[in-house]
Amino acid sequence: MKIEKIKTELLIIGGGTAGCYAALTASENADVKILICEKANIERSGCLAAGVNALNAYITEGRTPQDYVDYAKKDAAGIVRDDLLYTMSERLNKVTKRLEELGLVILKDENGRYAARGNRNIKINGENIKPLLAAAVEKLPNVMVLNRVNVIDFSVRDNKINGAFAIGIENDTFYVIEAAAVIVATGGAAGLYKPNNPGFSRHKMWYPPFNTGAGYAMGIKHGAEMTTFEMRFIALRCKDTIAPTGTLAQGAGAKQINSLGEVYETKYGLTTSERVYGTVTENIEGRGPCYLKTKGISPETEESLLKAYLNMAPSQAIKWIESGKKLSEQNVEIEGTEPYIVGGHTASGYWVDTNRATTINGLFAAGDVAGGCPQKYVTGALAEGEIAALSAVKYIAENAADTIDESEINSHISEIKKFTGENHSRFSTERLEEAMQTVMDSYAGGIKTNYRFNEKQLDIADYKIRQLEKLSENLHAEDLQELMYIYELRERLTVCRSVIAHLKARQETRWHSFAENLDYPEKDEKNWNKYVNSRLENGEVKIILRELTKEGQRTYEHSN
Amino acid sequence: MSIAIDKSKCVGCGRCHEVCPGTLIKIGGDKKAYIKYPKDCWGCTSCIKECPVYAISFYLGADIGGMGSMVHTEKKDSLLCWIIDHPDGVKTEIDIDPKESNKY
Ligand SMILES: Cc1cc2nc3c(=O)[nH]c(=O)nc-3n(C[C@H](O)[C@H](O)[C@H](O)COP(=O)(O)OP(=O)(O)OC[C@H]3O[C@@H](n4cnc5c(N)ncnc54)[C@H](O)[C@@H]3O)c2cc1C
Ligand code: SF4
Ligand code: SF4
Repeated sequence: MKIEKIKTELLIIGGGTAGCYAALTASENADVKILICEKANIERSGCLAAGVNALNAYITEGRTPQDYVDYAKKDAAGIVRDDLLYTMSERLNKVTKRLEELGLVILKDENGRYAARGNRNIKINGENIKPLLAAAVEKLPNVMVLNRVNVIDFSVRDNKINGAFAIGIENDTFYVIEAAAVIVATGGAAGLYKPNNPGFSRHKMWYPPFNTGAGYAMGIKHGAEMTTFEMRFIALRCKDTIAPTGTLAQGAGAKQINSLGEVYETKYGLTTSERVYGTVTENIEGRGPCYLKTKGISPETEESLLKAYLNMAPSQAIKWIESGKKLSEQNVEIEGTEPYIVGGHTASGYWVDTNRATTINGLFAAGDVAGGCPQKYVTGALAEGEIAALSAVKYIAENAADTIDESEINSHISEIKKFTGENHSRFSTERLEEAMQTVMDSYAGGIKTNYRFNEKQLDIADYKIRQLEKLSENLHAEDLQELMYIYELRERLTVCRSVIAHLKARQETRWHSFAENLDYPEKDEKNWNKYVNSRLENGEVKIILRELTKEGQRTYEHSN
Repeated sequence: MSIAIDKSKCVGCGRCHEVCPGTLIKIGGDKKAYIKYPKDCWGCTSCIKECPVYAISFYLGADIGGMGSMVHTEKKDSLLCWIIDHPDGVKTEIDIDPKESNKY
């Protein structure tokens, strides 16, 4: 294994949606040296690899950023940060314009305005959205990109970040990266729970299985404050292919019906969690399976939908074609996915101030890894990338860079040597990953229990996850790719422990399915209009309850 | 789902290996691409769209209702053409104009 030391000014961890946009912004606003570390290749990595179907967050004609804040707040039953949502919403249209300039195809109406899908979405051809962003980044003179370099840890001293450690999975290199400021943009966490199809198609999941929650785990380990991990995201998706349903529901107006043909969505409510809960309940009560009603749609609609799915989730299009039955002749079966932790849809993630500064000095967070600001989607992730970049650039101008201690470098090297050298384990990384997913599925509200849990189960989950953490210390890797798998597993275990602690802390059921606590089945506005935050102290997840931001609040600063 | 690489078509250019978001594709000693971790495929189709000689197809696993069709894309002038080869020899082709937005 080679060892390479790099010095930069701004390190961006994760060259996905938010990371690429942060690089663009920083490069255009300051004369700083920028390095992107990406575990895959920025050309096709993260959430956008397969393409997306619409821009889900846009301020359409006649609407205001505050309308978007109000919508997201209602959908999350109040557990959001007003300042974060507002500063994001203000930027949605500007970043959309920029995407169009970069080459994204956006549908226009006869007056040349973007064609809206409902109140907040616009229609695009998003198949090549990631290559477009990546090409823009690759043109920047002061940005260096390291592809296939997986970041495994931050370097933090006295609560200030000085850089990070990474492994080059294809060039057998250990990287020590010193930086004056760091933006973490590693996305959310998939693969914590047993997936819908745990066999051959185990990775045919909604969220990218390669986003393993590294950013969360590294922050947790170094004592960063995290928020709302109990608000898990469960996607309502086309059965088996886990393809998005929004195109059918919001786009083509298909209603959710049960096997008796009854429209059930109005019975349970229309928030994101209620739509999942309704589907689960219809199944439990014997009226499943549930569907999106597409029977009877016109041939033109049918053709457009088929193409739309080829652009964003081709497996669903193939499924229709293979079934030999047209979309207008069969309804589309839907199901809930396994739970994910993803701050772009719900409010889980780093506790940040309005400038997207985390509680670790010099560390900023953007996109799915940042908390308090749900319903971000693509444009919200770009907006946060912009805010984080501007804040990081300012921080670099005002703060001197530090170096990384030699002792810290050596302890990482010896850890890697242990995993790739003398370690022997009765179990493979894959087996322990399965065990983790089974524990979460059975005891922390997975698909198996219809997403429900109680305190006793959570205690068992916590105990078993700690056991797996112990077992993971002895894992053995043959090469750096296998080493990455060990780190990924350990990241997920760290995130699991936080999820369990958060689920236990919120003693109410604020959101059906997302956090369905059977010991406290009701919503409790009196006691739980609060953020559940946490910080790791002496190896234990310490819960911190914080008061909600005020209606219309525009800024928030960290305090103790 | 997963992918299958047709070795007789592969020219070893390495594009699939470059773009896979999961680092799952490798180039073997014979200078041909192969998927090292088939179960880890997310099904994003990046490799399929990037392969210059259309050597890569994907299929749905039987566990998610796959019926054995193989799917790949080809570029026809400015169009992206999706080609589905059914097990009984029937072919379905769907052309997509990348300049056209989704209608829904
Ligand atoms: C399948 C799917 C479809 C979607 N469709 C839509 C849609 O139609 N419209 C819409 O508006 N939104 C959509 N979204 C949501 C939107 O795409 C995401 O919210 C947004 O892209 C998240 O951006 P991000 O930068 O936080 O994460 P990503 O874009 O995923 O970026 C994270 C990056 O970090 C890298 N990384 C992770 N860990 C490490 C590590 N340890 N070291 C180095 N690099 C690392 C990853 O490889 C990745 O490139 C969709 C999401 C998914 C998953
Ligand atoms: S479909 Fe996507 S995840 Fe699967 S091998 Fe190809 S590039 Fe990799
Ligand atoms: S992109 Fe196609 S031709 Fe190039 S290495 Fe991969 S399979 Fe072979």
